[in-house]
Amino acid sequence: MQIHSPEFKENARIALHNEPLQAALGQFKFGFPVNRARAIANLPEFETLRDHARDLKNHIIQNLDIYLEQFEQQVTANGGHVHWCSTAEDARQAILDICQHVGAKTVTKGKSMVSEEINLNDYLEANGIEPVETDLGEYILQLRGDHPSHIIAPAIHLNVDDVADTFHEHHHRPRSDDPQTLMKEAREVLRKKFVSADVGITGANFLVAETGSTIIVTNEGNGDLTQTLPKTHIVISSIEKVVPNLEDMSLFLRLLARSSTGQEFTVYNTLSTGPRRPDDQDGPENFHVVLVDNGRSDMVGTDFQDMLRCIRCAACMNHCPVYGAVGGHSYGWVYPGPMGSVLTPQMIGIDKSAHLPNASTACGKCQEVCPVRIPLPKLMRHWREKEFEQHLTPSTVRWGLAGWAFFAKRPALYRWLARSSAWFMRRMAGKKGRISKLPMAGGWTDWREMPAPQGATFMDQWKKRQSGDQS
Amino acid sequence: MSHTTDQPSVGLFVTCLADMFRPSVAFATVKLLEAAGCRVEVPERQTCCGQPAFNSGDRKTTQDIAKTTIEAFEGFQYVVGPSGSCIGMLHHYPELFSEDDPWFARAEALKKRAFEITSFLTDVVQFEQIEAQFNGSITYHDSCSGLRELGIKKQPRQLLSKVKDLSLTEMEESETCCGFGGTFCVKYPDISNRMVSNKTQNISASGADTLVGGDLGCLLNMAGKLKREGKPVQARHVVEILAGMTDTPAIGEAEYDLGKAL
Repeated sequence: MQIHSPEFKENARIALHNEPLQAALGQFKFGFPVNRARAIANLPEFETLRDHARDLKNHIIQNLDIYLEQFEQQVTANGGHVHWCSTAEDARQAILDICQHVGAKTVTKGKSMVSEEINLNDYLEANGIEPVETDLGEYILQLRGDHPSHIIAPAIHLNVDDVADTFHEHHHRPRSDDPQTLMKEAREVLRKKFVSADVGITGANFLVAETGSTIIVTNEGNGDLTQTLPKTHIVISSIEKVVPNLEDMSLFLRLLARSSTGQEFTVYNTLSTGPRRPDDQDGPENFHVVLVDNGRSDMVGTDFQDMLRCIRCAACMNHCPVYGAVGGHSYGWVYPGPMGSVLTPQMIGIDKSAHLPNASTACGKCQEVCPVRIPLPKLMRHWREKEFEQHLTPSTVRWGLAGWAFFAKRPALYRWLARSSAWFMRRMAGKKGRISKLPMAGGWTDWREMPAPQGATFMDQWKKRQSGDQS
Repeated sequence: MSHTTDQPSVGLFVTCLADMFRPSVAFATVKLLEAAGCRVEVPERQTCCGQPAFNSGDRKTTQDIAKTTIEAFEGFQYVVGPSGSCIGMLHHYPELFSEDDPWFARAEALKKRAFEITSFLTDVVQFEQIEAQFNGSITYHDSCSGLRELGIKKQPRQLLSKVKDLSLTEMEESETCCGFGGTFCVKYPDISNRMVSNKTQNISASGADTLVGGDLGCLLNMAGKLKREGKPVQARHVVEILAGMTDTPAIGEAEYDLGKAL
């Protein structure tokens, strides 16, 4: 997917004026966050589970190599294959090789953000293979040539009317705006694809080291058809998804469902453990796991290591007031919201994505809801430090900051600055008590009044009061 | 209240916005601290908490400013200020230094002694003798830093419940950010505007006639928006109400007699 993160400000401005999008986002806050709160209220040990999950993830990251190798051994022992890919390019190539090896023409796909990250669909198409998204949201987006704006609800930016138009155009059937009819229509089209696909590609929510299993959780069941019907199943997963054993996996599943959709458990939890065995009734003949690093192992031992705990629940974006205002596409790449604002700079470079960690009030809501307690505001601030160190911070900000810092380090001069600023603004305000237009502060006064200072600064008044007391 | 040596000594962290925009907030804080039996001093050497540099990724400048603040407040039993955001910043100081740096221990020591005013009154000195009266209905905005970094939620409400004739109506989403965010509001004005517009909508819908909060940054933002929208809701810092100092015009509200203020 093309990178539009440098245009974040412009993207955001357009999004704020996009009425259908704003209507969709307006409904958004009454969904997931409300359901999450309800689910958590019913689970008294939720906070304890979060602590366990944080600690367990930290342990996994410290021992990532060990668990990944154990996972590989188990997959191999089960008759499957593991492909280690350092870069997005490696991963695309590995998948294409497998597809070409089995002579694939059509590939069905379950929802996978990693496949977005490595731009898989375009690559397969360019090589003559048709990828078919089977998650309803992803399917709609594929028909529209669009991309996910949210990591678990990819088409959250669309309304029913958009879907009705898209299906009408592509399915050549009478237009309907009834969600049930639309779903039935998608199901009919996709059933044929499921049966005819040569390869099924799914993501993975977790990789289980002890058993060599991968698991996906879905609410549509499309993932099950994607991975059991074709002869070849390819799992694409980033490396930090590995967990030691099934019990650990269930800890994360409990947190994941509640944190993301507010369900106690996701509807379909499907484990894949190697290819079909002789006595199995169904399943693929070939089982491949493509492990993608793509910059993740570079995060170990850095300020950003905590980000590797992320289980992609989307609670951070579901609760983020900035995401809620501008939607996911404004962020301009694959991962939106607070988690994306930390992850994207790692993957595409801070020079192209500096707006993302800056476009946050550091309100801390994301950290409050993160099931694995990732200190997202702190990590965003670390990116701002990198930006500053690399002299990428805009010069107006740098000079403004330097000028202000000169005073802030010198108390006597700071008194003078405060006194002069207060005096100036009082004069600007006249008798109104507020200023409607303030030079060099258009960002403020374009949208709101600037309340005027009361008069003399506190420090001056206090000094006067103290000397008065003494006399 | 008699002045004895066992009075807790408090260094007032004035905060830039109270110093410049609303000295009455700092005076109200002093009044409350004195009523709670504290001996209050205002160190001359204090400036800003350093948040603009911290949030812009300028670590070196933040460290320099932190050192200024640490030095200014050494020797006080407590450091108290009328802002969850600025006091929250003081709590970040240890992160700025490596653990073997002598400044780390000094930053830790400051962090342990630094409190936001409503938290100090409630959690530290258990002060309950609020003798104020406020004729009106208020709604309370929970500012992000105070709420999430310092755990301030019940404290202001507990103190406000003692104010005569005051009624509190909670707004929807009182814990949602108002869109101020320091430099955020001028760096991303469109987004900030959307956030503060959502806020003023919730404030209006609460039916309260006064918006109350514990951070001047947020209050200037919300009051400025309410005024621009022509909404009749007034805005005040919580200490003004607790100290019974509501004879000054509300934030951005009216004419001042400049001579009197000086």
